[in-house]
Amino acid sequence: MYSWIPFWPDTAASSGHAVNTLFAAELALSAVIMLTVVVMMLHFASRYRKGSDASRADRVQKTWHFEIAWTAATLGMFLILFVYGAQIYVWLFRAPRGDEEVYVVGKQWMWKVEHPGGQREINAMHVPIDKTIRVVMASEDVIHSFFIPAFRLKHDVVPGTYETIWFKADRPGVYRLECTQYCGLQHATMQGKVVVMSGPDYARWLTTQGVHESMAEQGEKLFRAHGCSGCHGDNSTVHAPSLNGVYGTFVHLQDGSVRLADEAYLRDCILNPRSFTVAGYPPIMPDFSGQISESDLLKIVAYIQSLSGKQETRR
Amino acid sequence: MTVTTVDRAALPNPTEEPSYLTSENTVASWLFTRDHKRIALMFFASITFFFFIGGMAATLMRLNLATPQGLLQPAVYNRMFTMHGIIMVWFFLIPSIPTTFGNFFVPLMIGARDLAFPRVNLASWYVFNLSGLIVLYSLIMGGADTGWTFYTPLSTIYANGYVLAAALAVFVNGFSSIMTSLNFVVTIHRLRAPGMTWMRLPLFVWGIYAVSVVMLTATPVLTMDTLLLAVSRFTGVGLFDPQHGGDPLLWQHMFWFYSHPAVYIMILPAMGVVSEIIPCFARRPIFGYAGMTIALMSISILSFFVWAHHMFVAGISIYSGVVFSLMTFFVAVPSAIKVFNWTVSLHKGRITFDAPMLYALGFILLFTLGGLSGMMLATLAVDVDVHGTYFVVAHFHYIMVGATVSAFFGALHYWWPKMTGRMYPEMWARFAAILTYVGFNLTFFPQFILGYLGMPRRSYTYPVDWQVWNVLSSGGASILAVAYTLPLLYLGWSLFRGKRAPINPWRATGLEWITSSPPPKQNFPHTPIVTREPYRYDPENGTFVTQEGTPYAE
Repeated sequence: MYSWIPFWPDTAASSGHAVNTLFAAELALSAVIMLTVVVMMLHFASRYRKGSDASRADRVQKTWHFEIAWTAATLGMFLILFVYGAQIYVWLFRAPRGDEEVYVVGKQWMWKVEHPGGQREINAMHVPIDKTIRVVMASEDVIHSFFIPAFRLKHDVVPGTYETIWFKADRPGVYRLECTQYCGLQHATMQGKVVVMSGPDYARWLTTQGVHESMAEQGEKLFRAHGCSGCHGDNSTVHAPSLNGVYGTFVHLQDGSVRLADEAYLRDCILNPRSFTVAGYPPIMPDFSGQISESDLLKIVAYIQSLSGKQETRR
Repeated sequence: MTVTTVDRAALPNPTEEPSYLTSENTVASWLFTRDHKRIALMFFASITFFFFIGGMAATLMRLNLATPQGLLQPAVYNRMFTMHGIIMVWFFLIPSIPTTFGNFFVPLMIGARDLAFPRVNLASWYVFNLSGLIVLYSLIMGGADTGWTFYTPLSTIYANGYVLAAALAVFVNGFSSIMTSLNFVVTIHRLRAPGMTWMRLPLFVWGIYAVSVVMLTATPVLTMDTLLLAVSRFTGVGLFDPQHGGDPLLWQHMFWFYSHPAVYIMILPAMGVVSEIIPCFARRPIFGYAGMTIALMSISILSFFVWAHHMFVAGISIYSGVVFSLMTFFVAVPSAIKVFNWTVSLHKGRITFDAPMLYALGFILLFTLGGLSGMMLATLAVDVDVHGTYFVVAHFHYIMVGATVSAFFGALHYWWPKMTGRMYPEMWARFAAILTYVGFNLTFFPQFILGYLGMPRRSYTYPVDWQVWNVLSSGGASILAVAYTLPLLYLGWSLFRGKRAPINPWRATGLEWITSSPPPKQNFPHTPIVTREPYRYDPENGTFVTQEGTPYAE
């Protein structure tokens, strides 16, 4: 729709179309306001220039009528824009349950992408068209910002937590993937591509990656290697909460609060268990902060997700 | 009303005293002066120096971006944009109008002999220069490489440059801001001449008052924040490090709690300047004086409740995103009112287009475009798209450079005759004003387009298909460099060869125009008594009345 405009980037996702319409509306509105100011200024400047004989009588003395009028007009217009923008924002940043998940780790200066089936890529992300894709993101060092211009979608990736965004691509093609938060020396080169493929193409691509283990299977090994299964395993005698079916439920904590067991919560529990003791359990879990890399952590989280049957484990 | 028909230009100086420039001539008489006018000139020298240092960094950046692969080493480019930001923000834009024109003209405009605390004023200059030396040290040793925003944990753990020195410079610089703003607040409250009520204050004084309140309240937060940064970097305490239980976003909250109001610190005095120039050259009262003061003060208060709009995509809760977006739209309302009021202030005027007026009209246009792009950024979903791209770079340059620097040059030309006693060459000045406008738009408008196309900020390299816009921008920057250097040359020339300035070359109504050009050390031979509102110009009858109540024919 906007492709004839030289400064309009590609649009290839539902989020992109939503933002396009809003941006075009604001652009038109800005043009009208700018033009009003310019025309008024030029008109007054020529009509009331020093040498002109235009009448200066009956200058407006009471100004507050005018001021109230344009305060009200501006405020009304702003409120409409605010609501419009906020609606899309809430829709963009509240990730629904996805058809697929993709895990992204940002580090100086690359994007590491991992698919649930265990397929790994660097500075590239292959995704199928017309599916709701959830992207779970972590940073290994500084703050990065994950940006796909064609989707009009961006979110910072802050170390110490997970950020989850989603999109639904609707046009096959290759699009830019960027980091838009300055992250050190080679920030400018922390770029890659997003490849949007048709369903069959994507399925074919997944099988050609030569992968033998899904993320959840790798996560299960790590789960044993770090000793998690000793307490959280099915045969354990230690009094620890079972992780079967916990993902996506609400968990009651010792301090009385209730948390949704999403990816970020699982991560927090592993790294800083004392702050997230589940109600009715003793605070005996050691903390794993600094002992597990971000990509291993994502695998363990993928394994715990798989225990709820919410996670397909494709190869 | 009897109208004095004497030509103001022909009036003799009201005093026989020597001017503040010539009363004493030793170096010590400058270095230890407590005269606000001399301190203003000393500040002017300091910030002009830093303006050109920051400008050189910008020149190197635009030179680098003329080609996609870049000319500079990545490390050099990263340090250049960091130092450009730090120097331009804290060593030029924030002190620019308050420490020079505010320092010089607030006492004159309210009919005082000096600021309330002359020694504090001088101390502020020394502290400013101390911080300037530290930032120069950081620059010469190799510079910091964090961006002017010092985001953690990049700045605390990962950056290699002279981050501590740069942060220390910002820390020390804050004390200069605090001293200067404290001085203005007390002066405006306590030292107004008899009859100078709050609603008779010139809008420039209101602008300085509004900005001083913001500086005084916000700067201490930055002081604490940089201190925490230094502690984290120096000792490894994990205040901002999630591995040690810290929070990287804490830095951003504190930083923007200062740095968003700081944007208004840069623009409020500029708004004051423009509100002086427009009525004077349109020869009519400002449209809606009371509305303008209310707008200034509401901007300064609301500016404290919008900081997290820099963090819409940083991982704050979506609900606080929504609240801060709403507050951001609120703070934009008074700015919009001001634009309309200035424009309508031309209605039924008797307008001349001398250089200060050209700068002021340029200000309105650039500020409007910057403001409209700000409206887009306040809209949450659009910010998600353009945040961190050149769209943001273009937006804040329209406000901070397009608008503020235009107002700075407008003020410089408007008050030059009073400050130096010399007239500047008008045709050169008009040429420079128009060149500034053209060069500025050519530099920064393409950056809106680049940003919407998705070019990230702070990148030394970019894909080839964006080169056209980048070359346009770099070309514009070279025009802008000429436009910013020209005044230095012809104003310097005018110091020695310029025509002697009369008392009131613009036939303006403020108290600064009733004393001689340049003013004597004591400012006024007698304390003025104020009987009128400012801007009593009458375009219908071609007369004006000064704030002292003396009527004049044009």
